[in-house]
Amino acid sequence: MSRRPMPARRFASSPATALAAALVLSLAATACSGASGSSGKAASTPRSGGHLRFAMAADPGCVDPHQAATTDALYGARAFVDSLTDQNPTTGQIVPWIARSWQVSSDATQFTFSLRTDATFADGTPVDAKAVKANLDAVAALGAKSMLGAGYLQGYRSTEVVDRYTAKVTFKKPNEQFLQATSTATLGLLAPASLKLPADKRCTAKLIGSGPFTLDGYTPNTSVELTRRKGYTWGSPLWKHSGAAYLDKLTLRVVPEAGVRSGSLNSGQVDAIAGVAPQDQETLTGQGLSVLDRPNPGVPVALSVNTARPLTKDPAVRHALQTAVDRDEVVQTVLSPSYLPATSALSSSTGAYADNSALLAHDPGRTRRTLDAAGWVPGPDGIRVKNGKKLNLKVILGANFGPNQTVLELIQQQLRKTGIGLTLTLLSLPDYQQARGAGDYDLAWGNGTRNDPDILRTAFSGKLLNLGRIDDPRLERSLDAQAAEIDPEKRAALVATAQRRVLEQGYQIPVFEMASVYGIGEKVHGLTLDSTSYPQFHDAWLS
Amino acid sequence: MTTYVVRRLAQAVFVLWAAYTLSFGVLYLLPGDPVTVMAAGGGDSTSVTPEQLASLRTRYGLDRPVAEQYATRLGHALHGDFGTSVHTGEPVGRMIADAAPATLELTAATLALALPLGAGVALAGTYTRRRWAAQLLLSLPSAGVAAPTFWTGLVLIQLFSFRWGLLPAFGDGSAASLLLPAVTLALPAAALIAQVFAKSLRTALAEPYIGTAVAKGASRLRVHFSHAARNAALAPLTVVGVLVGHVLAGSVVVETVFSRNGIGRLTATAVSAQDIPVVQGLVVAGACAFVLANLAVDLLHPVLDPRLTATGPKAVAT
Repeated sequence: MSRRPMPARRFASSPATALAAALVLSLAATACSGASGSSGKAASTPRSGGHLRFAMAADPGCVDPHQAATTDALYGARAFVDSLTDQNPTTGQIVPWIARSWQVSSDATQFTFSLRTDATFADGTPVDAKAVKANLDAVAALGAKSMLGAGYLQGYRSTEVVDRYTAKVTFKKPNEQFLQATSTATLGLLAPASLKLPADKRCTAKLIGSGPFTLDGYTPNTSVELTRRKGYTWGSPLWKHSGAAYLDKLTLRVVPEAGVRSGSLNSGQVDAIAGVAPQDQETLTGQGLSVLDRPNPGVPVALSVNTARPLTKDPAVRHALQTAVDRDEVVQTVLSPSYLPATSALSSSTGAYADNSALLAHDPGRTRRTLDAAGWVPGPDGIRVKNGKKLNLKVILGANFGPNQTVLELIQQQLRKTGIGLTLTLLSLPDYQQARGAGDYDLAWGNGTRNDPDILRTAFSGKLLNLGRIDDPRLERSLDAQAAEIDPEKRAALVATAQRRVLEQGYQIPVFEMASVYGIGEKVHGLTLDSTSYPQFHDAWLS
Repeated sequence: MTTYVVRRLAQAVFVLWAAYTLSFGVLYLLPGDPVTVMAAGGGDSTSVTPEQLASLRTRYGLDRPVAEQYATRLGHALHGDFGTSVHTGEPVGRMIADAAPATLELTAATLALALPLGAGVALAGTYTRRRWAAQLLLSLPSAGVAAPTFWTGLVLIQLFSFRWGLLPAFGDGSAASLLLPAVTLALPAAALIAQVFAKSLRTALAEPYIGTAVAKGASRLRVHFSHAARNAALAPLTVVGVLVGHVLAGSVVVETVFSRNGIGRLTATAVSAQDIPVVQGLVVAGACAFVLANLAVDLLHPVLDPRLTATGPKAVAT
């Protein structure tokens, strides 16, 4: 099918991708995912050597993992920094990496990490407790300049060097999500020498990490170059082989145009690509190339409700929306098989996800009954009216994921059948943010990526940004409680309660799960996706 | 002549100052807040606190009165310092200097292709006596102006890079990687040149001196290419200044399609990230390029047309 977004829209999507963050609400364009899938045809034995050329959608802008806020920036960072822990993409379990083991205090305010003793940064300095402290202090000092880190380190008090290889991190209040945060590239470890550079210089500097690749350099709007680290033996236990990476070199090339990315993959000018557009996916698979995909963990692509507006303040309207959207139709007609219909307030690849598909079943009859009961009667043009007010909702969307507008136009038709009007307002990313902050909308289109259920708190707590203007003590209690609960089962129960509450109250109308879709050339093998859906290049090899 | 040059230079300086001031006004009156955009990173579910935002605003001087910000920044700009990018932390001047060569290269290649192509079409279209050929040739420019750059670029990539594997689809530095983007931009540019040149050629061919030349026994070819073309050349030359602007604007799309690191890409990235210092630096740099191109054309005019040496400066002075 040759559905191509208009030039302007497509073009707008690339810089936005640059912004689309790990915690991106709206619109994590290329995003990530990292599942159990693995690339390549069944190939013989892995072989060392070779230069893998990978095309990504947007300029990283900043290669410093601590400051990087976007998927594209973190691809490179992920390859040259190690983390304290790693997260199993299938089970969500946190496993050792640089930290051999850890202890969490019962109130989730103290985290003591016992580090392995053999890891070194590329400049030869040891990865020890002092380095861990320097890194966490540095991220905390960045404040809002570390957009993701600021959330991960909320309430950070200090890190204590207990002994050479033991570090104790203390928070002012419970912060259970911190453990998962230590598995992200954002809290990845840089050599103290790199941390001494001023924050502004770190974005384009040759930063030193302890990862399987070393950073050779970053040329803005062009590429990030990486080389294999010799003698690397401290990889994550989740990786398929220990020891040094197979690839000699790795180039992450910036290729903003989705069609050019897939054409380049097809014609062998690159070996793998990120951000496969839904309309290109069929062409790629039709040509025998494989696709590596995974639904992004976090908050699905959804209509987020502004509960302070006259129309959406009415719970009946929110309930009506929940059943008026036909999620299966959206996925089948506009997207590709890599995308799943949303079944909860969290996407299915997120830890502590609970299936709530029953609440989200498409049921236009129920929508009509709900609206009838609330006094919304069909007006002359089919749009419902109550007390002289038309049920016409303003939805804002940013231009950063190609199919955004098409999806919303379909939803517009679906809602129209039940008498709900939808007015689409397409905005540039800055304008979208502005409108979000100012509350000038009924519904906002977006998603958020993170593999920890605490993302629900950042999205729906009344105490944080609270873009939905939500005032719900019951929801607040479960959100706070899960942040302080270290028992995984008890925490999952609290998260399940919160997911249900968000959907029942209609604070969010989830539609589909954003997916990370990578195209993989025939020569590439062993490429997998980690828990936040970034490619894991250590096991990748070329035939 | 000296007064002419001085006046033109003064005008150039004024244009640059106006570009700076206008861009400052527009950018700082924009509803968006770069700090919020930066902290949101494209998302809503960020947990940056208001205090952290405030400290960031202080860091970039965005909390000071607008007049003070303007004065400080203009002062720095006069010394060539356009501040640092709020996105990458790089000095704006260096970012532009790094991106400029690729775009200059692209502009030069575009003009090198567009000038002969546009002139050729115009000359051939006005010379031929076959009506169908004239009609075909002279309707090409309209088609060239109408075709969207974005589409042309993708079609060229599809054919020359993906299908036939002749040229790379992206990259900068090599001559091969320059060809497709230059052709993409040269087609509409050539069309514009052809339109203007064909029109002035026809005007020139209707002039009495052409009749005189023919009467003196000059061949049609000689009259057309030497007498008429020479006199008609001034009009397309004037357009070159405008073309530089076209190429700069087109580079936003072309550099994105061909993944080139140039001024256009930098602009696109900076605008979407609301990286105000970079956007402003680019506006001034763009104005600078435009002013210089037009200055060069204006100063070249008297050289090409001796009549202007006498009247040019006076015409400007009056």
